[in-house]
Amino acid sequence: MLGRTANGLFWMFRYLERAENTARLLDAALRMALTRDLVTAEAEWRSVIATLGLQAPYEAANEGYDGASVWNFVLRGPSNPGNVRAMFGAVRSNARMARINISSDVWEAVNDNWMKLDKLLARPVGQTAVGEVLGAIRRAGTQVHGAFDGSMLRDEGYHFSRAGTFIERADSTARILDMKYFLLLPSLSYVGSSLDTGQWEQVLRSVAGARVYSWLNAGQIEARGIVDFLVLDDRFPRSLAFCRNALRDNLSALARMHAREGRCNALMHEADARINHLTVDQIFDQGLHEFLVDFLSRNAAISQAIAEDYRFHA
Amino acid sequence: MSAGNGTFDEMFDGDGQTRPAYAEYCRWFAEQPGEFLKRKNREADDTFRRTGITFNVYGENEAEERLIPFDMVPRIITASEWRRLSRGIEQRVRALNSFLYDLYHRQEIVRAGRLPERLLQSNDAWLANMVGFTPPGGIYTHIVGIDLVRTGPDEFFVLEDNARTPSGVSYMLENRETMMAMFPDLFSRVAVESVSNYPRRLARSLAACVPPAFAGGKPTVAVLTPGIYNSAYFEHAFLADQMGAELVEGSDLRVVGGRVQMRTTRGYKPIDVLYRRVDDDFLDPLTFNPESALGVPGIMDVYRAGGITIANAPGTGVADDKAIYSFMPEIVEFYTGEKPLLPNVQTWRCADADSLAYVLDNLAELVVKEVHGSGGYGMLIGPTASKREIAAFRDKLKARPENYIAQPTLALSTCPIYTRAGLAPRHVDLRPFVLVSPEGIDITPGGLTRVALKKGSLVVNSSQGGGTKDTWVLKD
Repeated sequence: MLGRTANGLFWMFRYLERAENTARLLDAALRMALTRDLVTAEAEWRSVIATLGLQAPYEAANEGYDGASVWNFVLRGPSNPGNVRAMFGAVRSNARMARINISSDVWEAVNDNWMKLDKLLARPVGQTAVGEVLGAIRRAGTQVHGAFDGSMLRDEGYHFSRAGTFIERADSTARILDMKYFLLLPSLSYVGSSLDTGQWEQVLRSVAGARVYSWLNAGQIEARGIVDFLVLDDRFPRSLAFCRNALRDNLSALARMHAREGRCNALMHEADARINHLTVDQIFDQGLHEFLVDFLSRNAAISQAIAEDYRFHA
Repeated sequence: MSAGNGTFDEMFDGDGQTRPAYAEYCRWFAEQPGEFLKRKNREADDTFRRTGITFNVYGENEAEERLIPFDMVPRIITASEWRRLSRGIEQRVRALNSFLYDLYHRQEIVRAGRLPERLLQSNDAWLANMVGFTPPGGIYTHIVGIDLVRTGPDEFFVLEDNARTPSGVSYMLENRETMMAMFPDLFSRVAVESVSNYPRRLARSLAACVPPAFAGGKPTVAVLTPGIYNSAYFEHAFLADQMGAELVEGSDLRVVGGRVQMRTTRGYKPIDVLYRRVDDDFLDPLTFNPESALGVPGIMDVYRAGGITIANAPGTGVADDKAIYSFMPEIVEFYTGEKPLLPNVQTWRCADADSLAYVLDNLAELVVKEVHGSGGYGMLIGPTASKREIAAFRDKLKARPENYIAQPTLALSTCPIYTRAGLAPRHVDLRPFVLVSPEGIDITPGGLTRVALKKGSLVVNSSQGGGTKDTWVLKD
């Protein structure tokens, strides 16, 4: 496979994942804002923009933090080059570039959803439409993944695509968790308060884990349990442990197919050695923020190494 | 039903009777409920959009992708008409290849006084560094599209030869797929020659032209595209996909160890045959346009040293020139020793003083084209042009007469299209696709029918609002 095509598949799935995660984040904030007073709601929208690292461009284009301004900026803001509409455009151009290495089912799922979303996002999204739009973005991800699972040849292209998915997903889960812990809380004294519980619930919602967590923990919302679930529970498909296992499997398959372990495999082993057998108490002892920052930088380094090992660029 | 004023309609004769080729189709059509046809017509657009069969329009917003409108009434050619056309096309394509070989070798045709030398010197597509070089297998035009027009029951003319990089073959294939998906019963009632193995034939044809450096085994074939923003990107990807070839861009390629190699996840891998959909000018920045980012620096040296086959060969565009076109009857006769089976459209070369005088006197009746133009740009259609347009064109013509040729305005045949108000005749042309390899000449029974969707219009180019039809060659 061409290095450029491998790059196309990798980024097609990173953008698809990013679009879906962004929709989930907005969805959770929307839900939270509806059940809070105005001041807390504003803080909620502020945290969405902060989690996405968009404070500067957002504040340059908007007066304050109200829901409609935030979701329109994130979904389709012209001064936000990383808006969801543009992300989906990037999914589609990468799919077009890798057209001969994806199945027609995958292409049609991408193209259909792009046509639908591009139209939905062509005009400002109002209060009554936002839920439907966010649902459509999530379903786009589901449909592409479904077509992908059912029709793609399990060749290297498959594994580059999956690697992109899990790198992006791990990145997203880690960022949401970090934002919550490091920035969201006005001070540590809030830990255990009802506001705090609400915030943690929102984190679970943004990674589609609220119901599962609740079922596993008999409804007990507490920081340790949630961190254990989102970081270490390898049964939950958006946890860091699950993403890391999936990424490792895909990178090992690529190494087997190319009969060679690359730098990305070495970095993977290193990263594994750091978190294997780690308990949630040890994570809190070293500091959750420090742990997540280290995780994010290793994740990014692996992504970079994949691009170099497999000649994504000339 | 006839378009009037002597225009030949391919479906109905002058008395409104269905011609035999369309008899079964028309019976089928009459049996279909109107609502059903209306619904299918709407569905066709969606099918094309979903499959991504779009093209980008030059000069418009980069992101804008459009559909070439598809008309669901097929254009039908009988088996005996096709046999005659095929013989003529084969003769013409054979002559084109011999002509190109001769132009880049001894130029016997110029020595014999049958073609003026100035036509070569003034030709932008002429490539001096092809002189004395013979491409692998002696093939210049691996893929040719011959544009035909019809004016009567037995009157077909060649309007244009596309020896450079003919496009549109994906529409021939997808139009058929769409028709078969929409109206499966129709194909059980009418026996139509299949076109679907074109990509396999193309792959075989390209693989038959390996360069001397080919190391054995399975030849590596790649399609070179300018990238996803090119107007024909869909076709490039479609053909690569169907052939099982790689789809490469200039940035994927580099010259390593005397071969053109592509950057794969396993390292650089040599390409044996490159089906390029990039113009000569952009092929090699070291040889041609130094600004080009679409090509491969040094590919021409590799080519001349026998390290790669380029299809079509650089320099074949000479034969697309409309001044050369006007000599095609002589060219066919010179290289085949036979009279041309398919006639040219009468052509006045404005470089000749007598012809220029005639053309200037009769601008209102003629079609005037730029010698190097394509895509329906920069031409004058006398009968539909305003007085001001004609006057402006007259000045251009006088300033650079050698840049133009003129032809009579042909009464192109019509074939009905489906409209809300029922069938309506529209002018059509036909581009059959021809593959050339050392094993022979292979013409796919069918082609691309382009149709002018505007009533009375003679311009069928997609860039000017034309559409396409599925083209049927009937089985005997």
